[in-house]
Amino acid sequence: MTDTSGTAAPAPGASKLRWLVVAIPYLWLVVFFLVPFLIVLKISFSTYAIAQPPYEPVFDQLSTVWERAQQFTLDSYRYLTEDPIYLRSYLSSLRIAAISTVLLLLIGFPIAYGMARAPSNMRTTLLMLVILPFWTSFLIRVYAWIGILKPEGLLTVFLQWIGIFGPDQQVHLLNTDWAVFIGIVYSYLPFMILPLYATLEKLDDTLLEAAADLGARPFKSFWVITVPLSMPGVIAGSFLCFIPIVGEFVIPDLLGGSDTLMIGRQLWNEFNANRDWPTSSAVAVVLLLILVVPIMIFQNYGRRTAQ
Amino acid sequence: MSKTLGPVKRAFAPWTDSAAKPAIEFRNVTKSFGDFVAVGGVSLSIYEREFFSLLGPSGCGKTTLMRMLAGFEEPTSGEILLDGKPLAGVPPYRRPVNMMFQSYALFPHMSVEKNIAFGLRQDGMGKAEIEARVKEMLRLVKLEPFAKRKPNQLSGGQRQRVALARSLAKRPKVLLLDEPLGALDKKLREETQFELMDLQMDLGLTFLIVTHDQEEAMTMSDRIGVMNHGKLVQIATPAEIYEQPNSRYVADFIGNINLIEGTVAALPGGGTRLEAPAAGLVVETDQAIAGGSAGVASFAIRPEKVRISLDRPAGALDGVNMIAGEVWDIGYLGDVSIYRVKLANGAVMKATVANTTRLVSRPISWDDKVWLSWSRDAGLVLTD
Ligand SMILES: Nc1ncnc2c1ncn2[C@@H]1O[C@H](COP(=O)(O)OP(=O)(O)OP(=O)(O)O)[C@@H](O)[C@H]1O
Ligand SMILES: [Mg+2]
Repeated sequence: MTDTSGTAAPAPGASKLRWLVVAIPYLWLVVFFLVPFLIVLKISFSTYAIAQPPYEPVFDQLSTVWERAQQFTLDSYRYLTEDPIYLRSYLSSLRIAAISTVLLLLIGFPIAYGMARAPSNMRTTLLMLVILPFWTSFLIRVYAWIGILKPEGLLTVFLQWIGIFGPDQQVHLLNTDWAVFIGIVYSYLPFMILPLYATLEKLDDTLLEAAADLGARPFKSFWVITVPLSMPGVIAGSFLCFIPIVGEFVIPDLLGGSDTLMIGRQLWNEFNANRDWPTSSAVAVVLLLILVVPIMIFQNYGRRTAQ
Repeated sequence: MSKTLGPVKRAFAPWTDSAAKPAIEFRNVTKSFGDFVAVGGVSLSIYEREFFSLLGPSGCGKTTLMRMLAGFEEPTSGEILLDGKPLAGVPPYRRPVNMMFQSYALFPHMSVEKNIAFGLRQDGMGKAEIEARVKEMLRLVKLEPFAKRKPNQLSGGQRQRVALARSLAKRPKVLLLDEPLGALDKKLREETQFELMDLQMDLGLTFLIVTHDQEEAMTMSDRIGVMNHGKLVQIATPAEIYEQPNSRYVADFIGNINLIEGTVAALPGGGTRLEAPAAGLVVETDQAIAGGSAGVASFAIRPEKVRISLDRPAGALDGVNMIAGEVWDIGYLGDVSIYRVKLANGAVMKATVANTTRLVSRPISWDDKVWLSWSRDAGLVLTD
């Protein structure tokens, strides 16, 4: 008898192959994520030194582990709690990321919804248009916003041209939080739209018909059918945007004011300007913890609702 | 013990009463998708409390007809009236019509009971009342233990029952059921059929139902509409559809039938004579053919109305309403046996015989030369 079910024990070669397929992504994560992270973690526990590299190593040779371990210090972390600038930067980053994510959802959802409802022959074109900005460098696009938002920039010219602004009025957006939000929303919009579109496009139209048939008005159907069923896209898009925005450095640096506190900027300063590797490493480790905890809570929640 | 007999159908025939007002009326309704005509010029009246079935091959436009009534498609031309009022422009959520979708369309993020309660909630029904109604529906479709499950945790037949319960829960004036029982096993299907008929009579609902199961349509319906290529070819009671199909198509589509083509001529006494010399067949009936003229037509007779014998039957008219052949195949179905008899021209005619005694030895067997015969009023001459 021939077994066609595919559930029988596979040939030894096949099982090795399967093992390899599973191992590759793990290997990738270990080499490019875990190892660098452990290095950063190690640096964060060391003492600042004016040297090359600018820290006193801990745990470098196994023979002297004990000796070295005594140099292990939590000073960098203590320092983070002592200077309020760090706490304020973390909170400010989280706030900016949260507000940006909400704005992205508010703007991205209608766009994704419109795309998913568009005639099927137009959808590919619309999708291309969303991806189109990726064809130019991210940095160039952010610089372009400086040209638009600066006081004598394109926005001012445009507003003067249509007559809303008098000849002596100018927009004062550049170097404010507003400019940061504009830059972030603009840059991250595709990352919000694409997962939303993917779930909305799969939504079965007959579900909305069934809801209407049972007496639900279109607006009600939208809230009780479309929105709950697009939650996977909402969550994926929100994480895809929120996490990198928290660590965002380029946009606040180029578009934000000197008072726009963001932790990515702080880390950069600590690392490059102050050359304080232990402190910047500690900043990075804490940032990671801040982001990992909500992800784990969410995963746990996802597992529970799946049951 | 569950019921083995359905409720007895009352004498109910509003379609014969010219004063009766139809609950649903299709007036020359056509629906085209681009060049393709899915429903072409359908006129149909369905009366309050009627149980109306649509039968027809796949793709003949049954679902499209229902979708127009539910409000998901607008007719390309013609109009649909509900209680005498045109439905054009009335959105689905305002139509007192509920539909059970062929694809079920269950809300995947809601439990079985939430799905069933959905329509009741839209009506703003009280919490306790909703709960009671949901319980009643769950009991009706025998899904009480599954109330808290999500649709993806159910079998195909269970999902179908949830869809049925959800459309029934609101007790709409008109209920549209698109193949409501197709995924159920025979026993459950029969039980649910009777439950549906009970419910329909108790609540006085009007049912429009699509089914591929002829037996189901026969048992449940007051009338049946047979569709083909977007057209309604016959609308009649189950008995009429079976005994007096108006065309070869209907005769062939419903049940088993023998169809033999020949030339017809009117008989002096008002009857009809059909001859098919190749098969060696001469038929005379008392039925007058449409137009009364000579032409090509088919003789149609149900296998159970054909007698089979080894000896040449002594008829009133020798050689008429009888034909000789050779037994080619015998199918034993338990309650009946089907004899397939090969005629002179190679055509096959079927005759069924009820197995009234226990089968010990079969008097008629393979390759036997037999005679098939029937009475004057057993068959039909169909010109369409
Ligand atoms: N939206 C549509 N666009 C184009 N053609 C359609 C559309 N909906 C239905 N049709 C066509 O109309 C015809 C009738 O479809 P319908 O769904 O009414 O068939 P049906 O009688 O319900 O068949 P089944 O028994 O298989 O369910 C089919 O040929 C189908 O391809
Ligand atoms: Mg259908």
